[in-house]
Amino acid sequence: MTERAHLAVVGAGPAGLAGALAAAERGVRVTLVDAAEQAGGQFYRQPARPLGARRPKALHHQWHTWERLRDGLERHVSSGRITHLTDHHVWSVQRAPGPSFAVHALLGPAQEEGVTVRADAVLLATGGYERVLPFPGWTLPGVVTAGGAQAMLKGGLVLPGRTVVVAGTGPLLLPVATGLAAAGARVAALVESAGPAALLRHAPALAAQPAKLAEGAWYAGRLARHKVRVLTGHTVLEAHGTDRLEAVSVAALRRDGRIRPGSAHRVPCDTLAVGHGMLAHTDLAGTLGCTLAGTEGTAVRADDEQRTDVPGVWAAGETTGIGGAALALAEGHIAGRSIAARLDGRAPDPRSWAAAARSRSRLRRFFTALDAAYGPPAGWAERLTGDTVVCRCEEVTAGTVRTAADALGAGDLRTVKLLTRAGMGWCQGRMCAPAVAGLTGCPLTADRRPFARPVPLGVLAGLPDA
Amino acid sequence: MVGAACALYASRAGLDVRVVDRGPVAGGTTGAGEGNLLVSDKEPGPELGLALLSARLWSRLGDELGTAVEYEPKGGLVVASAPETLTALRAFAGGQRRAGVRADPVPADQLASLEPHLADGMAGGMHYPQDAQVMPALAAAHLLRASGAPVHTGWTVTGMLRTADGALAGVRTDRGELHAPAVVNAAGTWGGDLAALAGVRLPVLPRRGFVLVTEPLPRMVRHKVYAADYVADVASDSASLRTSPVVEGTAAGPVLIGASRERVGFDRSLSLAAVRALAAGAIGLFPFLERVRALRTYAGFRPYLPDHLPAIGPDPRAPGLFHACGHEGAGIGLATGTGQLIAQTLTGKTPELDLTPFRPERFDNDGSDTGDSGTDDSGTDDSDAADSDTGESDTDGGDTP
Repeated sequence: MTERAHLAVVGAGPAGLAGALAAAERGVRVTLVDAAEQAGGQFYRQPARPLGARRPKALHHQWHTWERLRDGLERHVSSGRITHLTDHHVWSVQRAPGPSFAVHALLGPAQEEGVTVRADAVLLATGGYERVLPFPGWTLPGVVTAGGAQAMLKGGLVLPGRTVVVAGTGPLLLPVATGLAAAGARVAALVESAGPAALLRHAPALAAQPAKLAEGAWYAGRLARHKVRVLTGHTVLEAHGTDRLEAVSVAALRRDGRIRPGSAHRVPCDTLAVGHGMLAHTDLAGTLGCTLAGTEGTAVRADDEQRTDVPGVWAAGETTGIGGAALALAEGHIAGRSIAARLDGRAPDPRSWAAAARSRSRLRRFFTALDAAYGPPAGWAERLTGDTVVCRCEEVTAGTVRTAADALGAGDLRTVKLLTRAGMGWCQGRMCAPAVAGLTGCPLTADRRPFARPVPLGVLAGLPDA
Repeated sequence: MVGAACALYASRAGLDVRVVDRGPVAGGTTGAGEGNLLVSDKEPGPELGLALLSARLWSRLGDELGTAVEYEPKGGLVVASAPETLTALRAFAGGQRRAGVRADPVPADQLASLEPHLADGMAGGMHYPQDAQVMPALAAAHLLRASGAPVHTGWTVTGMLRTADGALAGVRTDRGELHAPAVVNAAGTWGGDLAALAGVRLPVLPRRGFVLVTEPLPRMVRHKVYAADYVADVASDSASLRTSPVVEGTAAGPVLIGASRERVGFDRSLSLAAVRALAAGAIGLFPFLERVRALRTYAGFRPYLPDHLPAIGPDPRAPGLFHACGHEGAGIGLATGTGQLIAQTLTGKTPELDLTPFRPERFDNDGSDTGDSGTDDSGTDDSDAADSDTGESDTDGGDTP
């Protein structure tokens, strides 16, 4: 099956939706390609339809924004301006002669059949994914990612467990803890490794965002109401259990990131939801040849119009750097307007999106400060025991990774991968690369991943001509 | 890989060796290779002689280093789909056998006992027990470690040091000078650039190849398996020898599918056309692969010389310079023999193979600057190595005082 569209938007989260709507409203024909059954992305993840949720908005902040996006999408889909392809898992975007683009996707949950969408321009709104750093016991059943726990709640209306500890670092932990508590879980503790001092150091930049502070205060109030114990400046040392999680050890961190002696104690729980911030999905952009930038070289570089340095390719949202849903909406909106003008052969007038641009600058400053405040605690890598599995796909331990760096001379992620197989498995290093980088002192660079997801050889063999 | 083998054998011959590479260990073509140690794909001649010597040395290293380098003497299976291809394959194998290769005919009804998941309807095949496999990056790292030579990764060679009479006296790098009476050029695809620093021409050019890697599977493919269709081409044009898909299982579980060949300079961007051809060819040999998922694909740049033979041995145009590069797609397999021959020449012994066909100066009168033999693949040549982002490796061997 081959379809022609003017703009292909990859990802139907806040950035992709905002971009698709802004472009469609200006006359562009849009194909919105998304892996989920329903639009919304991770942030506006909807309960599966058969569950018949009566009050999904109880799980969501900013419900009105979502309603506006949803209604806009419905309007453009019924007018035929936007084609919304759900359950389409994009594995590669290819530059084709024309100039045009071929967006290659796999269909449905089985992902065994291929589909190619052709377009004159592409908006990459592929979002981000959670960074999870390993610790002893993290592979026990009952340990889930913070985002995974939230997705279970939003998408399946199910609780991952009865007694939950939420731990790690970053602003995502707050909504996860409040969401779980509101849904009836006992949240035994919220363990945040950033201390009050780190947050204070960035107070001016954070205070410049009154709306965001109010959001934080709102979460704090909810946590207090659910009597959730909040331990800032603490970290989970180890997850305990034989067949599944039974408890975690939690300890206080000194200001230098080391463990405060004598502070370790056990917290019984059946679930640990853990996350250490987010990373951008950059695979499609990387294969297209877009320059990746950012402090760790892991986000797509975009200009003021959200254009990448590959002509015809725009990027918006978390893929250009982690900054939350509001920033994604602003970037998507700007991208959609820019695309509409550029596809029409005109240079866009940036004044037409001045409000979105202001909000973009403000939110980027805020998230830069947030990023600096919430970081994994110093010394986390040294606390990994040699037998802790770091790469779960290939079952590579911290000890093996250390040997590759120390005895075989591996000084970068690719060489560590070649010598240990860490990062060669199903996830292609998306999960373990930050941990391997931390363990070996290598910079966290974006790996080349020509296939954004595993592709059946039969689909490759049947690809249409470029 | 070739540099690591030169370091190992030179060090074992009593020389004091240092290894310089502008990238990491196995950062160049080695890290993109499949680790083929093949005699089956070589016609009788100097390359086959080198392959047989190398196979014996790899077998010894396999015993010594054990599972660390994932050495697997699994054997190769070449299959013919049509009777005429089988006839050509048998004639080809006959010549190989006279040169010392073990090649055992496999009748059609016996193919399934060697490869149970092979496609039906093949005419027959040939089993090559001397073919083997190694994990190339691990092999390079462990050979370097076994050599005991100091390894300077991240050092870029910027020029040659010379004595008053013009002989090489070491290399200049961005991190300082290394003094040695002998410099071995094992810079692979970038070997021409290193030769140029010594003022000599060696027309090494890149030939891109993609490899597809599947999800880990239980052992479904037991040998290194490839189609014999190439054999028909051998008689007319040896340069188009290796264009058919090669399928093999690995110790770690994934099936590797190689290998396309195209001359596009150092362009690393994904070619879905190449990947599509590889996938289709592999499914033709093993139909079960149709539903198996590819996890990744990567490109490597084979270093080739116009006559498809490597450059091995001393360079009379630059006394003190030795070459060990240009092995095209066979560098992992030919590394051990190359290392041994280099060590023998460095220590003044008579090399156990005649190095005449590998003379580095043999292209001086070919009237070509690009080294394009023009006999095989289409595509454009690009000899600009400055685009590359991977390493070069020099083994810098000096006599022990």
